[in-house]
Amino acid sequence: MANAIRTGSGVQESQSDTIAAQAYDLSVGYPNDTVASGINFALPIGQAMALIGTNGSGKSTILKTMVGLLAPRSGKLTVFGGRPTASASRIAYLGQFHNAGFILPLRAVDVVSMGRFPLHGLTGKMDSRDFDICMEALRTMGAEKLADIPLRSLSGGQQQRVYLAQVLAHRADLLVMDEPTSGLDAGGRELYLQAMNSELRRGASLLVATHDIREEARLCQQVMLLARRVVAFGPPEAVLNTETLLETFGIVIGGDTGAAVPECRHSHTEGEPAAAVHKRKLFRIR
Amino acid sequence: MDIFIAPFSNNQFMVNALLAGVLVAITCAIAGTFVILRGMAFIGDALAHGVLPGIALAFLLGYPGMLGAAAGAVCMIGGVTLITQRSRLSSDTAIGLLFIGMLSLGVVIVSRSSSFSGDLTAILFGEILGVGTESIWLQLGAAALIGILAFVCSRPFLLLSFDPEQAQVAGFSVRLYHNIMLFMIAATIIVSFQTVGTLLVFGLLIAPAGAGALLARRIRSMMAWAVIFGAVSVYAGLLLSYHFRLAAGASIILVATIIFFIVFIFANMRGCRPPALNGGRHG
Repeated sequence: MANAIRTGSGVQESQSDTIAAQAYDLSVGYPNDTVASGINFALPIGQAMALIGTNGSGKSTILKTMVGLLAPRSGKLTVFGGRPTASASRIAYLGQFHNAGFILPLRAVDVVSMGRFPLHGLTGKMDSRDFDICMEALRTMGAEKLADIPLRSLSGGQQQRVYLAQVLAHRADLLVMDEPTSGLDAGGRELYLQAMNSELRRGASLLVATHDIREEARLCQQVMLLARRVVAFGPPEAVLNTETLLETFGIVIGGDTGAAVPECRHSHTEGEPAAAVHKRKLFRIR
Repeated sequence: MDIFIAPFSNNQFMVNALLAGVLVAITCAIAGTFVILRGMAFIGDALAHGVLPGIALAFLLGYPGMLGAAAGAVCMIGGVTLITQRSRLSSDTAIGLLFIGMLSLGVVIVSRSSSFSGDLTAILFGEILGVGTESIWLQLGAAALIGILAFVCSRPFLLLSFDPEQAQVAGFSVRLYHNIMLFMIAATIIVSFQTVGTLLVFGLLIAPAGAGALLARRIRSMMAWAVIFGAVSVYAGLLLSYHFRLAAGASIILVATIIFFIVFIFANMRGCRPPALNGGRHG
């Protein structure tokens, strides 16, 4: 790893070759407000982890700390063995809010090509290969028809597909995404899952904040339930149960959880669409 | 055709005015594009008016007006930054406060001096018909500097306008590039006030770029439209002022504003809808 720091310990050094991000007793928050603390995890390279919790549970704050927008309040956080800001070109970030999108005269493809900026810096030349990657990313999200359309004329869901294409175009080593499926229709969510599986196959790691338990459980090896503290952490089948969900969300809607939890427990068996099983198999083979 | 060309072929001062005006229009188009994209219209407006006490004081003490304008801009930006960082007030409160404080300070300084009335008109409305060669060179230098800055910083400026968090994550310091953008706007105002005046320079900063934003699908074409609209405004404004004996600076800004509204009506008449995607309807 180019960005691995010399820790002096052989064990830790070899870890930084397999670990994308790691937190020890991390507290996150703003200057006068600790939002969540006691966070410990290690996200291996090529794996996915979900942060699940209600609004205000600390998901977004953790993500912002992961990408270096906020400094850790205390504890230790390493991303590719160093500070998050040291790996800017390797991290793609999808925030929750996009406020300016409506004023800017930007076509969808221009938005996607911003995903290539971190790789080229201030003045590095972008060539036809970058353009091809951007178009491929739009295609992956089923949005290639939108390439030439101004962002401001797109619907919310269409914009979200474009933002996801921007993340894909980065070809980053770590994808940090806040509510990536918000506003997406069923087709968009399916494309999102396919895209994320192929990102994982490529060797990227994912860190996703969501309140959609079902979806991320299909994708993630690790799940962290948050309610301004860590309620539970581990593989989805071990972590997602009625008690932990009740503690996280304060409410469990019978039908919904009933559908969500067993689906995670019986990994790839009956009752799932064929495509999902196929994807999971591809995913497990790695 | 004579009425379109003769005023310029017969009068050197009209040629100078056209040259200086077009250079100001180019500078304002580049800076104005980012003022609009980044939603900095209010700070731009405040800067344009906030430089008044600096200029007035410089005139009073016998220094060049541009030096005073620069000092005024520094005070303005410094004050806004101080209030925003050291209080819970949002930046528009800070900007409004500084804006009105600086403006009244300017008026107080002017009112204290009896010999000011002629100069005050020049400060507020500019002296485009009295522009000298050295001013044109200065304008050219400013246009080049601001063009180069905008070109080199185009990626961080775009990211900053799109989403500051994303700029930061991508490795571009938000604070640094925000300050470069502020510098660009301040520099534009400082070198342009002699031509169109502090009261009117803001019009050239936002009207052409605003019209461009309505038409363009890309930032580059927005800037190109802004240059065209700005240059046309300068030419048409000078022509109107020559034939009808109108105030030159105000005529230019008036034309720029009228162009904006024409474009606005045009853009509203031609709406465009995006095609639907694969996989059903979208909200």
